[in-house]
Amino acid sequence: MADRYRNSLVEPAPIRWLLIAVTLLFLGVFLLLPLVIVFVQALSHGVAAFFGALADSDTKAAIRLTLLTAAIAVPLNTLFGVAAAWAIAKFEFRGKTLLSALIDLPFSVSPVIAGMLFVLLFGAHGWFGAWLSAHDIKIVFALPGIVLATLFVTFPFVARELIPLMQAQGTEEEQAALTLGAGGWRMFWHVTMPNIRWGLLYGVLLCNARAMGEFGAVSVLSGHIRGLTNTMPLQIEFLYNDPGAYSAAFAVASLLALLGFVTLALKNFLEWRHGDELAALRGN
Amino acid sequence: MEISIRNLGKNYGKVPALRDIRLDIASGELVALLGASGSGKTTLLRAIAGLESIDDGSIHFGDIDATRLSVQERRVGFVFQHYALFKHMNVLDNVTFGLRVRKRATRPGAAEIRRRGLELLDLVQLKGLEERFPTQLSGGQRQRVALARALAIEPRVLLLDEPFGALDAKVRKELRAWLRQLHDEIGYTTIFVTHDESEAHELADRVVTMADGCIAAAVN
Repeated sequence: MADRYRNSLVEPAPIRWLLIAVTLLFLGVFLLLPLVIVFVQALSHGVAAFFGALADSDTKAAIRLTLLTAAIAVPLNTLFGVAAAWAIAKFEFRGKTLLSALIDLPFSVSPVIAGMLFVLLFGAHGWFGAWLSAHDIKIVFALPGIVLATLFVTFPFVARELIPLMQAQGTEEEQAALTLGAGGWRMFWHVTMPNIRWGLLYGVLLCNARAMGEFGAVSVLSGHIRGLTNTMPLQIEFLYNDPGAYSAAFAVASLLALLGFVTLALKNFLEWRHGDELAALRGN
Repeated sequence: MEISIRNLGKNYGKVPALRDIRLDIASGELVALLGASGSGKTTLLRAIAGLESIDDGSIHFGDIDATRLSVQERRVGFVFQHYALFKHMNVLDNVTFGLRVRKRATRPGAAEIRRRGLELLDLVQLKGLEERFPTQLSGGQRQRVALARALAIEPRVLLLDEPFGALDAKVRKELRAWLRQLHDEIGYTTIFVTHDESEAHELADRVVTMADGCIAAAVN
């Protein structure tokens, strides 16, 4: 009897099933299957070979470098991202549209070009090359270059997450805090920050995932010195091209994929745990 | 505390928003700023609060020249049309915010802050709701929390920006009568902005009408 008054917003069952099936098939073939294959390949020579590949000194150096790079780049971009989002969402000034467009630049420019841009600036024949070598400062083919490339590529994540959130929230709460005698710093920590914290965390997680996974820009700037300037993605590529280390490449790849999974799982956990709060902040 | 405004002017670029405003408000007076949207009434209120910069003239609170004081230093109680309550804080924390952010030297102890917060909630007839969050309150209750929060800092003057604008007609009428009563009880010098003529005349001691950034008329 209930079916006699079918909800006009709900599609008939066959269409529903078709849509679900197409979505699942697509996700399965293009997303899930490749990931499964990474893990299958990684373990194809047994667990011992898997851990042996990860214990290789060059690989361990690559893991350390990736973690170090993320540890420098993510906090810096969190700071820049909050500052940029704050400026764009809460102030009116000339050139705001330009700044907003500039934030998106790393998304629209190929990472390889970003890498080359820094080589042009800081490389041996670059604009600052002579000055840098005269002062014995190494940027290209060293940690500073890798960090710069990562900073460039991951810049938009935090800012892009925060700008719509802060714009939706407006500035009335901040103004209220000021009239009640709060200084700028207190206003930020007690009023602004609690309103953006989940959005911020989300942005930071995405930024971190990308910082650890970045290949193109880092590839140009790193110089591929094994055990020294190879990050995890670069080390994976190197191992992959070495016929004898094929499964080792997948072992490292599975570890990198795992780091990504942890990030995603953390994000979903936070959304599940604080979903109502997030909705309340966005809805009011 | 009396408010005196002299030759106040403000421009948005080349467009004048306020022109040569002169206004004297006696201590304890309840004044309505009445005008259509774009008349400059809210700009004037925000200028008095220090939330809007001015290009000309002066603002005095009693003997204090407030013209160059920052928002924080002016110590005005400001109530926003859409309440602007802190969403992540409960009602009591909202009300006591102005006390809790004071510098250590002038900040009352935690127990005293709580006592004053509860006292204010009693005054605005919200006893027992101190643990609620703003989203769990009705519009009228939220606006009373906002008023209690503004009163907590013992403001020199009380400024209300369309305080009933977001409320339905019935609640608006009730709150209006209640605010008049509260004003007679506590006696703060109060300016409130409205575009509703009957509200202005019913509530205020004096109605100041604004048009085109100027004061058009003052009626007792």
